[in-house]
Amino acid sequence: MKWIIDLAYVGVAIVFILGLKAMSSPVTARKGIVWAGWAMIVATLVTLFWPGMQNFAWMILAIVIGGSLAWVSGKRVAMTDMPQMVAIYNGMGGGAAAAIAALEFARGEVHGTMVTILAVLGALIGSVAFSGSCVAFAKLQGIMKKAFRLPAQNQVNMALAAVTGILGLAIITAEHPGMFAIALFFLLALALGAIVTAPIGGADMPVVISLLNAFTGLAVGFEGYVLGNPALVVAGIVVGASGTLLTQLMAKAMNRPIKNVIFAPISGEAVEGEAIEGTMREIGALDAAASMRYASKVIIVPGYGMAVAGAQHKVWEMSQLLEEAGVEVVFAIHPVAGRMPGHMNVLLAEAGVPYDKIFDLDEINADFAQADVALIIGANDVVNPVARTDKSSPIYGMPILNADMAHNVIVVKRGKGSGYSGIENALFYKENCRMFYGSAQKAIGEVIQHVKEMEG
Amino acid sequence: MEGIVYLYVFVLAAFVGYEVISRVPVILHTPLMSGSNFIHGVVLIGAMVVMGHADPDSPLELAIGFIAVLLGAANAAGGYVVTERMLAMFKSGKKGGE
Repeated sequence: MKWIIDLAYVGVAIVFILGLKAMSSPVTARKGIVWAGWAMIVATLVTLFWPGMQNFAWMILAIVIGGSLAWVSGKRVAMTDMPQMVAIYNGMGGGAAAAIAALEFARGEVHGTMVTILAVLGALIGSVAFSGSCVAFAKLQGIMKKAFRLPAQNQVNMALAAVTGILGLAIITAEHPGMFAIALFFLLALALGAIVTAPIGGADMPVVISLLNAFTGLAVGFEGYVLGNPALVVAGIVVGASGTLLTQLMAKAMNRPIKNVIFAPISGEAVEGEAIEGTMREIGALDAAASMRYASKVIIVPGYGMAVAGAQHKVWEMSQLLEEAGVEVVFAIHPVAGRMPGHMNVLLAEAGVPYDKIFDLDEINADFAQADVALIIGANDVVNPVARTDKSSPIYGMPILNADMAHNVIVVKRGKGSGYSGIENALFYKENCRMFYGSAQKAIGEVIQHVKEMEG
Repeated sequence: MEGIVYLYVFVLAAFVGYEVISRVPVILHTPLMSGSNFIHGVVLIGAMVVMGHADPDSPLELAIGFIAVLLGAANAAGGYVVTERMLAMFKSGKKGGE
């Protein structure tokens, strides 16, 4: 019986890898996740036939409760809230890996140096991923609003990490580690994840979520070794490696080395950039409509503000109207627009914007100088020119969209507040920039009305 | 299995993970992160195996096992739904655009 299960696991591992590969192209992506989904069902079903298993009633109850809660919440959540859902589900995976380690310790089933080392490492990483992801979820969901920062944050982090590490070593070297030491180890690891994540600002969250995702993969892989389960090892390590690479790509796009994200978080209060001179100038819907209707090229820079307002459908309707009038309209997407790389592409795809109208930073930055209008909708930090000029700014060096190079810049914005990172935006004070206050949904709706009237 | 064999598995799996993602366009990064989040939901089967071998008379072991399975199942189910929803959008987006 066991060999059938083992063989099924091999198949599952292969399908997972093929599924991930399929997900790397827009054409096959959907097939990829469906394959992987079937593989997961097969893996779960064959595991029920594992020799010598008991406690089926409780096990199935746990699967039904956990699975259905997650299924329903995943179905219901709005597209804009997807990043925090990824964070929370990821945290649960980390928690599961940590709980596996805890149960193995409680049963006294952890024998041998290598097994103990990986069990402890998996427990540590899994616990950090669990509590860190819960904090990330709380922040993105708006449950935890303020950045929570201890007076000597880095020293506290280091001290806590050191104590946890020493305790972990003690467990590894001890002949029969006591229950108290193990429980304390888990508590410290959980506290570590929460304390490290708590001060990290919203703008850095995607990198953190991606890092924690890679962590969970590693924890799953390590616990797979402890259990002697190659399917867990392969799937876990594949995710650990790809997650690490993805984290690096994101960090690079934001010009925020991973060590800075964790040890030098951007937080609103700490910012003291150069004072910005000039005043903001307002523009109304009619003028905004006219300047775009009679432009030859408009570049739209969407940000999270557009997504929150749910204005992507209106924006696409407006672009189509402008195109019918002979205006070239394209979208410029910053790598970290939205809450994660690619999040904004998902939201625009939802509204029906075709891929060939969407350009990323490297492709479009040179074009801004030829654009008549750069329309910025609910984006802020990603178009802030201080990232190029002001060395004292925390976002200095971050690649930005050169929207300020366009002949005219129109900024659709809800109010006068600063961006997610809390930094003043020098673009808003520039000569060629006009502020169009209002929620994106309503503002673009008015522009559509005026453009239609101009056709009439 | 021998420890050293697993070391090979670790190394090869790491290369696979690296290779698989290095050719992904930026627009798919979020769905892919979500997809890989689903894949490590396979932790569910590990949780099932340990819970299946927990002592039925020990409430502590049962409780930890229950939590492990519950969290693993939530990871797998939630990861799937979210990824599928994101990728479904790409499909309809393509149709609408062409």
